[in-house]
Amino acid sequence: MGKIKNPDAKATVGNPVCGDILTLYIKVKNGIIRGIKFETLGCAAAIAVSSVITQMAKGKTLEEAKKINPQKIVKELGGLPPIKMHCTQLGAEALRKAIENYQKKTL
Amino acid sequence: MSTKRVYLDYAATTPLAPEVLKDMEPYLKDKYGNASSLHSFGQEALAAIDEARQKVAQFLGCSSGEIIFTSGATEADNLAIKGIVERYKIQDTRYKIHIITSAIEHPAVMETCESLNKEGVEITYIKPNKEGIVGVKDVERAIKENTVLVSIMYANNEVGTIQPVREIGKMIEAENREQRTKNKIIFHTDAVQAINYLDCNVDHLHVDLLSLSGHKIYGPKGVGALYIRKGTPIKRIQDGGAHEYGLRAGTENVPGIVGLGGAINNIQYFTRQSFAPQNLGGQASNIQYLKRLRDKLIDNVLKNIPNSQLNGSRELRLPNNANFSFKGIEGESLLISLDMEGFACSTGSACAAKKLAPSHVLLAMGLSPLEAHSSLRITLGKYTTEKEIDKFLEILPKIIKKLRKISGATGRKSSSVPKESCFE
Repeated sequence: MGKIKNPDAKATVGNPVCGDILTLYIKVKNGIIRGIKFETLGCAAAIAVSSVITQMAKGKTLEEAKKINPQKIVKELGGLPPIKMHCTQLGAEALRKAIENYQKKTL
Repeated sequence: MSTKRVYLDYAATTPLAPEVLKDMEPYLKDKYGNASSLHSFGQEALAAIDEARQKVAQFLGCSSGEIIFTSGATEADNLAIKGIVERYKIQDTRYKIHIITSAIEHPAVMETCESLNKEGVEITYIKPNKEGIVGVKDVERAIKENTVLVSIMYANNEVGTIQPVREIGKMIEAENREQRTKNKIIFHTDAVQAINYLDCNVDHLHVDLLSLSGHKIYGPKGVGALYIRKGTPIKRIQDGGAHEYGLRAGTENVPGIVGLGGAINNIQYFTRQSFAPQNLGGQASNIQYLKRLRDKLIDNVLKNIPNSQLNGSRELRLPNNANFSFKGIEGESLLISLDMEGFACSTGSACAAKKLAPSHVLLAMGLSPLEAHSSLRITLGKYTTEKEIDKFLEILPKIIKKLRKISGATGRKSSSVPKESCFE
């Protein structure tokens, strides 16, 4: 949880109308996510999703991390009520975007 | 989890008062007769209902023949609005019926209007000012020649703002005298949140219909009532037996009705005298007591928590309601953090409700979606103690601080957020 001061990439997703805004910061070394932190303005589920994503992505290669999808996040959390499922989409989207932002930068 | 829980959600529901439970007990046990039965079992149930009806009528200043018991305020609102529309539809099918309501109504009124709108009824939603108050002039200007019903709540359930119901009632009466509309305009108010604290005399308010609920006034859940002024054209919406003067079919909920009668009678006893300032003191000072605790809560929060704001008029609000927005906070995570410390509150954030849009009340008052998502409602009641408020004031700033750390902001501007689609 928190900011990474000089991240290699970051991504903010969300919409104030839904109420959830999520920022992910990543540090990448040799194609592996070495550091990942989040800042989330959102409900308890959104915070839990953010937190579990950082755990899931840390130490993974960028390609592996890109495969973290809503289904995998829900499984890792041990389930979520239907009304909260969109939080996992938000989280997966943030991670994918952060990685894409990194790859664009390093092209 | 804290060992002792603190309930600060009295606008959601109130605990059942022990003395009310005592009133109800015989009708949950030995006095189980059906009030429609002619034998002695039925007659004792009927007598109990009559007595409860008397109590409700006395509280509202009407005759007992004008009280219809329902399953709650939602049903009372449905009966009031659909019942009037149905009757007018039968009277005159040549023109569209028009209803005026506010943009801050409880879903029981709003969704009923929405559903009628789909059937071709014209609806005007009056926006409140930024203080959460509906203007009498705005209602007056919305009246058209096909207007048949105006429904404006007495006090708002989210921000506790008190609406000028008496003034609207008088204005409608004047309109009706002028006979500019095709039909007499009927005036309904949902008074659920007001019963505990405001003068609900129907003649004082100049209303034709008034809804109330048992479980907001220390009575049981599953019971409410609709006041229907004598002579009001209304059609029942639930068909069946001839219960409740033929206006609400279904075997009466005898213990519930007895509980409602007992609960409303207690208000009369404890607080009604306090409408006259000279009578303040003793038991009647309940309202003053709540006001003092509420003001302590509001003053303390606004002073000690940066980037906090009070939603809704400070003066024209119920004595038990405080509603805040905290920048950089999402209401549901705040609610859950407070719950983990033992405090029960409420929020206008979409995440806490079973939908994705934030509070329609706060949005109608002009708050941004982010501000609406960051809201917290605290509602006090007669069992709230000063110690509980002190404890709450100690915990709340710590939780806000923690959540702001997680969100990384004390208030992000909406413009800094990419315009993504909302995941639904």
